[in-house]
Amino acid sequence: MAGALVEGEPGPKRGAGSVKLELDQIRLALPPFELSLSASIDARVAAICGPSGAGKTTLLEVVAGLRRPDSGRVTLDGETLDADGIHRRAETRQLGYVPQDGALFPHLDVRANLLYGAPRAGRSAPELDAVIAVLELGGFLDRAVHGLSGGEQRRVALGRALLSKPKLLLLDEPLVNLDGELRQRLRDHLLRIRDVLHVPMLIVTHEAGDVHLLAEVILRLESGRLAAMGSPAALLEPDPGAVRFRSVS
Amino acid sequence: MPDPSQWGVVALTLRCALLAMLVMIPPGLAIAWLLARYRWFGKSLVETAVALPLVMPPVATGLLLLRLLGRRGPLGGELEAIGLPIVFTWRAVVVAMAVMALPLFVRSARSAFENVPPRLEQVARTLGARRLRVAWTITLPLARRGLVGGLLLAFARALGEFGATILVAGNIPGRTTTLATAIYQHVQLGEDGAASKLLLISVLLSFVALAASEWLVRSSKASPGRSAGPVA
Repeated sequence: MAGALVEGEPGPKRGAGSVKLELDQIRLALPPFELSLSASIDARVAAICGPSGAGKTTLLEVVAGLRRPDSGRVTLDGETLDADGIHRRAETRQLGYVPQDGALFPHLDVRANLLYGAPRAGRSAPELDAVIAVLELGGFLDRAVHGLSGGEQRRVALGRALLSKPKLLLLDEPLVNLDGELRQRLRDHLLRIRDVLHVPMLIVTHEAGDVHLLAEVILRLESGRLAAMGSPAALLEPDPGAVRFRSVS
Repeated sequence: MPDPSQWGVVALTLRCALLAMLVMIPPGLAIAWLLARYRWFGKSLVETAVALPLVMPPVATGLLLLRLLGRRGPLGGELEAIGLPIVFTWRAVVVAMAVMALPLFVRSARSAFENVPPRLEQVARTLGARRLRVAWTITLPLARRGLVGGLLLAFARALGEFGATILVAGNIPGRTTTLATAIYQHVQLGEDGAASKLLLISVLLSFVALAASEWLVRSSKASPGRSAGPVA
């Protein structure tokens, strides 16, 4: 599996924590919007950027199996998730999806949320300790989720997705609506997921500056189309005030 | 104090109303779930058909049930052939109560399901949970206050059921006489004392059921992430 959770476990054949996601002529019509693109992503962390309404979340939901494309093919490390006549259901894809608001289960405490998707055998295994340590969750495991701050809720949602042993983490705007300090802290946690837990990530964001240190590949979407794809160095230009996209001719 | 035969009426009414709830819950939950979560051909028709007993005269609903479940009816004949006669038995009381209470339960349950954010169910699925586990661990717990509130409302409705019951079950002392039909009979016979005693019990039972339902509505609205309560 591409995303081993514990350090020292046998890694994947490719670079540790990377995954190959292929989107072949994906088309999904949601009038008046239409998603239509092809891309081949082979990276530890890839970011989907673009303005509101570009189709970033829709694309993430297609990969997660929550939306079925009208046509096209989605494969993950050679395994077909979507194709003509094939649609692997979300519950069988082993993809850790974290929506923008975290979507924690309000009737369960933090520990029960974390363990919801964990295989039974993994509930007391080192995976749990590793995730708690990396995301600094130890201080509020037995608390109700509605008493958590926004940053804590995001970390619990990340931990819950990680404990389901995903092949790929799908994060929808993980840093949005967080103030400067919390934003930086969560960015550090994402770096640790990449470098310590070696779980590959596909991150949706509308701000390129959020992921320029984190992502190896950036896909820029505009109106449901792939406007550009490349490394952060190729697509972004550092600015004293903010990181932004280079102008595309 | 009510006499033993009146306590017998109360016991039969409560027993039939409880059984009616058990009969009604599985189809009620299924219909409410399908109405809340999916768009499908014929949805409006089913919505209307389920709500019909709310607006139709109860005796008309009773007549429909009599035609359906009577000895010569399409269902009644079959059931009688296997030793399960319905009309003018306690079973008819249960059926009448269930049919009349179903719309109230479906409306409340539908509202309770609609108040569970679909996003939570989607996330549960991406965590590997199959649909049944999602329903059992996410949807039903989050909707439970609205569901229980709706059930209490339906139970209160079943306790007071008269029009359909009198047609399909009659008023046979000790067998099909319920609180409502007993009160009617006592009033007809000029037995005001007996009618008043049953009236008091009827008011008390309905009051408790409705108060519990109202409490669940209020507490579900006050709890974040909980479903809304019953919809009358």
